[in-house]
Amino acid sequence: MAGKPILKVVPGQARAAEMPAVEIRGVALAFATADAPVMALSNIDLRIDKGEFLSIIGPSGCGKTTLLRLIADLEQQTEGDIAVNGVTPREARLARAYGYVFQAPALYPWRNALANVTLPLEIMGVARRDRLQRAAKYLEMVGLTGFERKYPWQLSGGMQQRVSIARALAFEPQLLLMDEPFGALDEITRDSLNEHLIRLWEQTGKTVVFVTHSISEAVFLSTRIVVMSPRPGHIVEVIDNDLAGKRSLDIRDTPEFLAVAHRVREALRSAHTYGD
Amino acid sequence: MAIDTLGTASGGGLWRRAVQGRVLPVATLLLGIFVLWYVAAIGLNAPQTRDRLNRSGEPWTVGDLVAGTWSMERPVLPTPSQIGAELWKTVVATPIASKRSLVYHAYVTASAAILGFLLGSVLGILLAVGVVHLRSLERSLMPWVIASQTVPILAIAPMIIVVLGSLGFVGLMPKSIISMYLCFFPVTIGMVKGLRSPDPLQLDLMLTYSASRAQVFWKLRWPASIPFLFASLKVAVAISLVGAIVGELPTGATAGLGARLLSGSYFGQTVQIWSALVMAALLGAGMVYGVGVVERLVLRRMGMGR
Repeated sequence: MAGKPILKVVPGQARAAEMPAVEIRGVALAFATADAPVMALSNIDLRIDKGEFLSIIGPSGCGKTTLLRLIADLEQQTEGDIAVNGVTPREARLARAYGYVFQAPALYPWRNALANVTLPLEIMGVARRDRLQRAAKYLEMVGLTGFERKYPWQLSGGMQQRVSIARALAFEPQLLLMDEPFGALDEITRDSLNEHLIRLWEQTGKTVVFVTHSISEAVFLSTRIVVMSPRPGHIVEVIDNDLAGKRSLDIRDTPEFLAVAHRVREALRSAHTYGD
Repeated sequence: MAIDTLGTASGGGLWRRAVQGRVLPVATLLLGIFVLWYVAAIGLNAPQTRDRLNRSGEPWTVGDLVAGTWSMERPVLPTPSQIGAELWKTVVATPIASKRSLVYHAYVTASAAILGFLLGSVLGILLAVGVVHLRSLERSLMPWVIASQTVPILAIAPMIIVVLGSLGFVGLMPKSIISMYLCFFPVTIGMVKGLRSPDPLQLDLMLTYSASRAQVFWKLRWPASIPFLFASLKVAVAISLVGAIVGELPTGATAGLGARLLSGSYFGQTVQIWSALVMAALLGAGMVYGVGVVERLVLRRMGMGR
């Protein structure tokens, strides 16, 4: 969608490079409280390229969810700039540029699985036949064919979260923002959903920003891992993770995998010791 | 328990179902109430009956006294069988179109109550929608909504009838307005809560779709409020009947359950009063049950009835 770019291209930077999916510069967020403002985020700089699978990891309260909500325009920063596809988060939201998957499935209980997936399409005014076709396609992609007519209370927690992923995919956004989508699930379900998700990413080539507090999940899924630390929320380290083309659950026992996991753990630990 | 062993011994069937189901507990409770009622009728009616027996000058026994207390023409407390006989006489043995038929009076009151219930529900929903969407309305309107319910309906009903009467509204309408006045309140309170019941994530989701306010209302707030709506409608339908009956008292109405209560108390016809009360109770229960049936159908259709 047309919107004016809010970031000037700095001379000397690679002009030829494609516009990043998300660009964050000098972002800070202070919550006003009774006595003094509390810094939730400070000094965040991050560039997320198109097609990346980027994980944000950190302990509770480090502001990782808040950062994701800033990108989604569900909250506003007090300092700095964010560009999503070259426009402000608000313009990107109004242009429906991203799909958001929450910690909880947040399904509407009076809609069955199919109707939950068609919800965004109804709001965007997609014709009925297209809606049903697309919903069926994405329910199949998350392995829920045959469950279209089931209501949320008839589905397990893992199935509900898969419906919510299909719902985020249904209107085919190029950017997927996922906030600990598997955090409330057991490890077995989580493993299988992780495999699902990585296949999906390989198939669709979408940009994914994935918030998690699981090291193995972050290493398994992502091309880059951002390690964050609290008080105030800031980025400690950004770790490249090149396990390209061989992401199956077996790689979690390979030395390369363990080496990256070790680096992430070290980064989390170093950040934590001077924190308290 | 003895009953349990009996139930299993007879090997199921009707008796077992009666024991395990609701029939037996309900029947036991009902029997208990009836026994207490007859005993209370003896106590309350005894002084008058004793006077009557003494005046007759003949010797009387306790049996005579008991029989007398259960068959007075204008007892302080009529017995269930007297009320039953009166109900039979006025419901079954009288043509429905007759002014002596209790069914006719119940119909007059019920039509006012149901109209008032419908009007009150619509008003209650509209007020709730306004309050949820406009912060200024919440501040300015809610105190009046609450104040309206602190005024006793008995005090305000005659004035409503006088004012509406001078405007040319007579008959059904004034009673329905009083009914509506009582009905809208639980609906407003329930619907404000219901329309605000979606959790933050469900609302955030709508934000990520950049949905319009109308879309948020019709696709999220309204369906989420339906269980709350039915809970308030059950309260509203019960008090709609109270409103209609109260509306019949100050007009000296000639028809309706309220009129029956009033004329019964003028002439000391306690049996008539009690049978009108029983009719009103049955009518109220039926109306609440009706709302319950609609609730089950709607919630099942919405996939929320388990």
